[in-house]
Amino acid sequence: MLALDRVSKTYPNGVQALARFSAEIRQGEIVAIIGGSGCGKSTLLRAIAGLDRASSGTVTLDNEAIAAPHAKIGIIFQEPRLLPWLSVADNIGFGLADGPATERREKVARALERVGLAEKAQAWPRELSGGQAQRVAIARALVPQPEVLLLDEPFSALDAFTRRDLQDHLLDLWADTRPTLVLVTHDVDEAVVLADRVLVMRPRPGRLFDQIEINLGRPRDRNSPLFENFKRSVLTSLDRSLDRGVPDRDATQGPGQAMWW
Amino acid sequence: MISDAPVLQQTSEPAEGAAAPSRLNRYARPLLGILLPLTLALGWEFLVWRGWSNGRLVPPPSRVFATIIDLARSGELVRHIAATLGRVGLGFGFGVVAGTLLGAISGYWSLARRLVDPTVQALRAIPSLAWVPLFILWLGIFETSKIALIAVGVFFPVYLGVMGAILIVDRKIVEVGRTFRLSGPAMIRRILLPAVLPAYVVSLRVGLGLGWMFVVAAELIGASEGLGYLLLDGQQLGKPAQILAAIVIFAILGKLTDWLIEIAAAPFLRWQDAFGRATGA
Repeated sequence: MLALDRVSKTYPNGVQALARFSAEIRQGEIVAIIGGSGCGKSTLLRAIAGLDRASSGTVTLDNEAIAAPHAKIGIIFQEPRLLPWLSVADNIGFGLADGPATERREKVARALERVGLAEKAQAWPRELSGGQAQRVAIARALVPQPEVLLLDEPFSALDAFTRRDLQDHLLDLWADTRPTLVLVTHDVDEAVVLADRVLVMRPRPGRLFDQIEINLGRPRDRNSPLFENFKRSVLTSLDRSLDRGVPDRDATQGPGQAMWW
Repeated sequence: MISDAPVLQQTSEPAEGAAAPSRLNRYARPLLGILLPLTLALGWEFLVWRGWSNGRLVPPPSRVFATIIDLARSGELVRHIAATLGRVGLGFGFGVVAGTLLGAISGYWSLARRLVDPTVQALRAIPSLAWVPLFILWLGIFETSKIALIAVGVFFPVYLGVMGAILIVDRKIVEVGRTFRLSGPAMIRRILLPAVLPAYVVSLRVGLGLGWMFVVAAELIGASEGLGYLLLDGQQLGKPAQILAAIVIFAILGKLTDWLIEIAAAPFLRWQDAFGRATGA
């Protein structure tokens, strides 16, 4: 279990990005974190990844405190961040430092096959499209078989069609080993398609505002009325978090969880 | 469907036509660079041949070429080239090793940069030739002082290139290394070195250029062999053809060694997605 206990972050310039954020995320759960800009969602993800230390509070994975990047935690960024001097195959194998070379090669080959880029194994990253590059980044993060995979707006730079493809593809890959996914996004559609639970954050300082369980089976039909309802309840909560009026009255009657007040 | 045929034909024609100029370009492009010096050389040759100039102070290409042949026949040329190449090679080697190590340390470790960099920058501001008298006093008039001078010339651009390149390595890429928990040495080997390689190659080439510059200075000071000695000898004995011969050989050697670095680095830089690739420069 991934446990966040009163995680706070104040930057040296005095800006408080995150205030006492607590949440417990079950092994294998998919959690989407959504919120307006500046709500500290990326700060939170970086604290979980061990890239930036929290000012106070703790992040624990199976009772082990996380203060630095951890072998069981993988991360996918908004940009693919492939190493331009390595071939696609070498990029995917980047995190497999130890183990015999043949085993590494097999794992990479299997991952390439799995993300549908087997014929691109020897290509340079510059020869890939945006969607292909992000698929390589996903494969690179998944090959060491992390227990937790963090995703920081992973598909926001892609066009709508590619984004949908990759969302479905991510779920497909997730089903292989069922790691915990913590996804930061500003796309309500994406949150509802992927997540078991949506955490809504409120900005300045960033803190947890609301939680919405998405009780929908998979695969999810993006056009079903039920899906629409969940979307609306997330949107409503998001609007509330930003102190905006509720745009649509019947949104509150959605099947999502009741508001916390 | 029938109307498709002429359209297809039309589109295939320009494609065939485009192949010819590109083939022409492949051979024509390097030739383009030779055009200007060749025209000037032939023009001067013609002027002297017609007797419009006696060519005593500015000997025509044929006379320079004859001098080179003479020097080569007597075995002098090989001796001078070997002496100069040896000095440049040693000085370049020492300068590159020192510049790379110190540059890497200063780039990677900010405390070292604060400690060392201001001093290095102050030393860099000294015109390198100002070291000559000191080096001669310290190291003697023979090889050591010459190699030291060349090494100093090579050191600064390499140091600056390596340090600067490390400082501007993309934080996002470094973070990838951090998420995979690379140790310090692994971070340097797997992320920083490949990332700085393009800039490093440029700094090596700049360093080599300065190395060639300083070997002349060193050999003008006091040498009994080397291309710089040929220059001085040509001046003292009034043999402009010999001076020009040495200059031509300098140009050839400089270009050749620069090209060697380029060729040696090319396989490691194939991944680059840069402006220079697209224009074929």
